[in-house]
Amino acid sequence: MDTTLIETVSGRHNPMIDPHMHIWGWEIPVYLFLGGLVAGIMVLVPLLELRTNERSKGLQHAPLVAAGLLSLGMLSLLLDLEYPAHVYRFYTTFQPTSPMSWGSWVLMLVYPALILSWLGGLTQETRDRLGRLPGSGLVQWALEFATIHRTGILWLTIVLGVALGTYTGLLLGTMEARLQWHTATLGPLFLTSGISTGAAFLMLMPAEEDRLNRLVRWDSIAIVVELGLIGAMLLGFATGGTTGLIAVKTVMGGEWTPWFWSLVVVAGLAVPLALNLTEIRQHVHMTLFSPLLVLGGGFALRWILVMAGQQTSFALLQ
Amino acid sequence: MNTQTRTEHRIRYGMVMDTRKCVGCNACVLACKNENGTPHGFTRDWITTTTRGRFPKLSMEIRSERCNHCENAPCVTVCPTGASHITDTGIVLVDHDKCTGCKACIAACPYDARFIHPAGYADKCTFCNHRVEQGLDPACVSVCPTESLHFGDLNDPDSEVSRLVAENEFKVLHPEAGTRPKLFFLV
Repeated sequence: MDTTLIETVSGRHNPMIDPHMHIWGWEIPVYLFLGGLVAGIMVLVPLLELRTNERSKGLQHAPLVAAGLLSLGMLSLLLDLEYPAHVYRFYTTFQPTSPMSWGSWVLMLVYPALILSWLGGLTQETRDRLGRLPGSGLVQWALEFATIHRTGILWLTIVLGVALGTYTGLLLGTMEARLQWHTATLGPLFLTSGISTGAAFLMLMPAEEDRLNRLVRWDSIAIVVELGLIGAMLLGFATGGTTGLIAVKTVMGGEWTPWFWSLVVVAGLAVPLALNLTEIRQHVHMTLFSPLLVLGGGFALRWILVMAGQQTSFALLQ
Repeated sequence: MNTQTRTEHRIRYGMVMDTRKCVGCNACVLACKNENGTPHGFTRDWITTTTRGRFPKLSMEIRSERCNHCENAPCVTVCPTGASHITDTGIVLVDHDKCTGCKACIAACPYDARFIHPAGYADKCTFCNHRVEQGLDPACVSVCPTESLHFGDLNDPDSEVSRLVAENEFKVLHPEAGTRPKLFFLV
């Protein structure tokens, strides 16, 4: 056999870099998952509210729950920092070319938007209870502000939700050096996955039947779009030359192939889509299976991409 | 009308590494560790050998590698705090006081030239900027026994590095990454 040898031996053995990069552990997928889920809630709850002009009683506290989930995600992000005492440095500057800098500032806008959209959709009973809290002057002012500007706040929440969901994908997608991350589809893919997981999370809350049916439909649309985006991503890699082939190999023949196709595509997307369509067409009562599978699939998508993508570098080119 | 044109010379430091002369003695690696106090187990520069061919016709290329101090540095553009920056002389540095250790720059580097210093900040080759400011060569250049490492101003057409690049066949690592590296390998 006529074989030409090309063997490279490096004397570099830096921790977390060699032999394969592993700089980001569980913290980043957890943050990306929770960030996407919150983005989904920020898009869906206001959309439901704008359609009917009133908030579902069962989803009354959804924005507050979202703020709590986002805080868990940010805690995870903080744990990932190698110098957490310098976290304030994110907020002493704005770097327009850095998706992480954009994300840091978007996160700062997300909290007030969530709180105001929560206050604006509260029932009178809950408002009265809040009014009796200490420091109720400020609460009353915020309640009035949230009520007067309710429509504007809901639209702002949607816009910020789209920004948050897209940024979680762009964070990875703008890294050309990690071949599997370097695709423009990651932004819309993570946003769509966030909307799907957000819908799944809301389905677990005690919402009214008509709202649940609406969420099942929106979740199904998001899943179809997500499948299309995954297809576009893989097609883009497969036709993208040597670097693209390295990227696509991770989930088509490489180490992560069985996990990606079984956990993300089949269990996380195809099966819940089939269950959703059955519910819609046969008018079967919704079960917890579909939302739980969607949540698991959304987490698996981020876990696999973060772990596999780190290992795809230019060093694999010979 | 009298017009006066003033051209201000802007220094753009770069390095030339002659793979034809390097014997892989690791003197550059040890000099760097001594000069910069790089912690045990970490390295800012390293030797890479690539063997090509078909036995018995084999060729070996030995390279002394480090941060490429790219002109289009992705580590700088992704940095969320401005800790990673390019100096007026074209050297890519990390301001430790601004670094959060988020590791975005490490992921963005096509050369995997960065690492996390045990003190919690992103670390890498600085072209020994503290020495360069005193008119000295980087430590690795100053100790190379085969004179395979050269350092200087790429904007000065009479500098040694400019002449070497102009008169010899050279390559840069991963040109497909589009980073415009300033570490040139004579081949």
